[in-house]
This record gives sequence, structure tokens and C-alpha cells, in this order.
Amino acid sequence: MGKRDILKPKDEYEKMVKAASPKSPLFKNCLRAFVSGGIICCIGQFLMNVFSTFGVVTESRNMLVSIILIGVASLLTGLGFYSKIGKFCGAGSIVPITGFSNSVTAPAVEFKKEGFVLGLGAKIFTVAGPVILYGTLSSILVGIIYYFVR
Amino acid sequence: MDYIKAFAVGGGICILGQLLIDLTKLTSARILVLFVVCGCLLGGLGWYDKLVDFAGAGATVPLPGFGNALAKGVKSEVDMKGFSGAFTGGLKSASAGITAAIVFAFLTALIFNPKEK
Repeated sequence: MGKRDILKPKDEYEKMVKAASPKSPLFKNCLRAFVSGGIICCIGQFLMNVFSTFGVVTESRNMLVSIILIGVASLLTGLGFYSKIGKFCGAGSIVPITGFSNSVTAPAVEFKKEGFVLGLGAKIFTVAGPVILYGTLSSILVGIIYYFVR
Repeated sequence: MDYIKAFAVGGGICILGQLLIDLTKLTSARILVLFVVCGCLLGGLGWYDKLVDFAGAGATVPLPGFGNALAKGVKSEVDMKGFSGAFTGGLKSASAGITAAIVFAFLTALIFNPKEK
């Protein structure tokens, strides 16, 4: 009666679970993320091309594209579509800038009922706050290193 | 052609995110943080810009592109203002994205109520 005897049923159980659960969704999830993320990037590319035909310079072009994608994603979040899209797309809807927009709008809508200051105001950055925090910290790190090595 | 490149690279970055979700059980918030920080560091090294040159929106639309914008902003501010640029450049370059997210989120929250699930 070693440890092995106790562990064995658990191992077998895990094997049974593996056999019974549907075939690994990993490939399907990745394909969905690839296609949906790719489509969002193509929409971005389309907007970029439109702006460049109007002669907008690169820097403000990227900004305008981001602003438009953020606006549209925010609206879709309010309408309740983005979470439906998200269920299907997985990371394809999280990783593009539209996912950032969704992460700001979703808590804003959700916590409005708790008040505009401590509800909406405090919760709006639940996800975006860490992103901005660590993004800013790493940008300062980059800036300081760049100052000394450039 | 630029659409194919944007699709392939942008989709590829999303696959990376999906693999992190499925294989490591990282929450989506952590993935957002991870991608922005990685984009910022790669941007600091000047590597991410090569991907941007190649893939256009395929590299700027995903979140590492946001991190890259932080790094680019901070570098150009350091070039212009010296050391204090390290403190002003990052958020300055991200200001459009953050402000847009805040404004649209607020307006959306004014108009819509949470959907019943």
C-alpha cells in the first residue's frame, strides 16, 4: 500500500475524463482566433489605406485607426454583441485593440447602477488599469535605458 | 498583398494569445498586460517596428502594437527632451487610445444598460 496505489485511481479517472471529453478544442480555438483576429486587422488595414489615400501622415493615421476601432468595439459592447462575438472568437477578440476597448466599456456599463463615481468611475479601469500601469512602467524602463545607451 | 500580411501576422498574434489562454489558463486581463509589456520591450529594442513595416495594421492593431507605440513615444521624447522624456513619452503616445477608450466607454455606459444574460 504505497502512495502509488492511492494515486492510481485518480490517474485512471483523468484518463477517462480525457477520453470522454470532446476532442481537444485547441486547434479549433486557434483557428477561430486566427481568422477573427486577422479580419479585425484587415479592417484596420483598410482604414489605414483609406487614410493614406487622403494623405494623413503615418503617426496620426495609426491613432485614427485605433480610435475608430475602439469606438466601434465600445458600441458593440454596449449593444451586447461583443460578448457574443467573444465567445466564438476567443483571443481573436481579446488581443486586438478592440479587446482593450471592450475591457473598458464592459465594466463601465455593468457598474453604472452602483453610481457614477464609485461604480462606473472606480470600476471602469478594472482590466485596463493594470494594462496602463504596467505599460507605463515598462515604457519608463525603456526610456531610461534608451537615455543611457542611445 | 498588404491585407494578406495584416491578416497573417495579426491572426498569428491572436493564435499566440489563444495558446496562452488554453495551455496556461492565464486570464484575459493578464494576457492583455503581458502583450502590452512585451510589445513595449520589443519596441524599445526596435524589433517591433520591423514587424510593423512588414505587416502594417497586422502589427499595430493587436495590443503589442499599443505597447510598441508607448516605446516609440518614449524614445522620441527622450530624443527631444532628454531624461524627463522617459517620464512623459509613454502616456503621451498612448493618450489617444486611452482617451478614446474612456470617452466611448462613458458614452456607451450612458446610453446602454447591462444585458440580461
